Amino acid sequence: MSKAFVAGTGMTAFGTFPDRRGRDMFAEAGLAALDDAGLEPEDIDEVFYGNFVGTLAENQGHQGPLASEALGTTAPSRRVESACASSGLAVRDAVRAVRSGESDVVVAGGMERMSNMGTAGATDGLARAADDLFEIRSGVTFPAAYALMTRAYFDEFGGDREDLAHIAVKNHDNALVNDHAHLQEEITVDDVLESPEIAAPLGLYDACPISDGAAALVLLSPSYAKEHGLDAGVAITGSGHGGDTMALQDRQSLATAPATRDAAEAAYDDAGIGPNDVGLVEVHDCFTIAEVLALEGLGLYSYGEAIGAARRGETCRDGALPVNLSGGLKAKGHPVGATGAAQVAAVRNLLNGTHARADAVDDDVTVGVAHNAGGTVASAAVHVLEVEE
Amino acid sequence: MTDAQNGGYDEFLDALEAGEGYYYACSNGHALVPPRRVCPHCGDRDLEQTELPETGEIRTHTTVTVPTPQFEDDAPYVTAIATFGQVKLTGIVRDIDPVDVEIGQEVTVTVEPSETTDERTIAFYAHS
Repeated sequence: MSKAFVAGTGMTAFGTFPDRRGRDMFAEAGLAALDDAGLEPEDIDEVFYGNFVGTLAENQGHQGPLASEALGTTAPSRRVESACASSGLAVRDAVRAVRSGESDVVVAGGMERMSNMGTAGATDGLARAADDLFEIRSGVTFPAAYALMTRAYFDEFGGDREDLAHIAVKNHDNALVNDHAHLQEEITVDDVLESPEIAAPLGLYDACPISDGAAALVLLSPSYAKEHGLDAGVAITGSGHGGDTMALQDRQSLATAPATRDAAEAAYDDAGIGPNDVGLVEVHDCFTIAEVLALEGLGLYSYGEAIGAARRGETCRDGALPVNLSGGLKAKGHPVGATGAAQVAAVRNLLNGTHARADAVDDDVTVGVAHNAGGTVASAAVHVLEVEE
Repeated sequence: MTDAQNGGYDEFLDALEAGEGYYYACSNGHALVPPRRVCPHCGDRDLEQTELPETGEIRTHTTVTVPTPQFEDDAPYVTAIATFGQVKLTGIVRDIDPVDVEIGQEVTVTVEPSETTDERTIAFYAHS
């Protein structure tokens, strides 16, 4: 299949900005992406905008048009909602719009504002990514859902909280130089193990923070890039989307992520690559266990093997496969609707040498992968990015 | 809450509460909690109402210390997924010290109001 060039990326800082409206955050990210691409608002054909709890947090439905206005245009736009995978799937829809030949210049991105809801309000909002009848009514919070998977994983494959703590320590360490990160703070394994329990066996430091922020990408068709002499350097060459049952109780395995596997196989096939070609990856680590499930789902580790990867140093900056060089959701932050686009932005910037952690990427690395998950991975979006000759 | 609002789920809770719990089995061996019109695993519409076994076994569990507002007065509480024969249910394990909950533990199921909102919740009781 044809590719979509990533011509520009933009992000707000991720953090706690309860007083900023979403439209202003998306304007900051989107205009930065346009500037990076060297394009104007009038060049935009379509906008795909990811957002999860905006109807609760900002009392605002129908956010698509606001996203376009924030970019300085009234180009057609829609909001894409798939919980934490909202903007990963906005990117996928944007790639498909470019590939179909209908659009040449597309903005894909997303925004979330949650800190204004308080911890209880945000916990309530995030829980809605679970099944209302089968899970929320039985007291399942979002951390609880991942805690259920964590204990099932330990039972099926082994591993312990200390293995998970090394993932948190690694991702915090990666974020230290990322000025857009929500948490720029070095932590230790003991800090994680001694952090207050939120949903046993997960503690506060196993979880990503509740973040506000926005991210955006400008995607171009190859013909438009050629015609306008735009040398984008990096392209999305593969895209995949996997699905699963909403509720954990309806799945055979509680310790794996089949939707990630399906999305990855589709994206790898699409790009004509295999897991062995992947040189760096940004995965959806909303909780430490989620990084393990992602790496195994992506085929980068066998089932049961990724739990010790950070502890062994393999996924650290100087390891064989650096994972979440941006700091991941864990430390960079997780403004839900912005996360998927921010991951693709991070992979593009790591591959073209403009990311603060690009020095950790070996010269021979030309393929990166972004993995975004919604709910307990009932939705998964995987994108393959490659350096173009 | 009325059935109209919850599409058959309240009927299922009524049955659980009366000790007459059931689930749906499709022709291809998939087991489903109501309400369902079709099997999400294979598309089969021939769902047979099947008696829920009296006892289940805890498959995984967590102790929630940071709840949603709907469970504020319940926290900390234990939420578990338990296997009853072929089907799995998610519920709150009552009357137990969280440190005593174990994978493989035998439980029975009923329906009780939550402490915070009186909304009906699936409740498990451990039998060791």
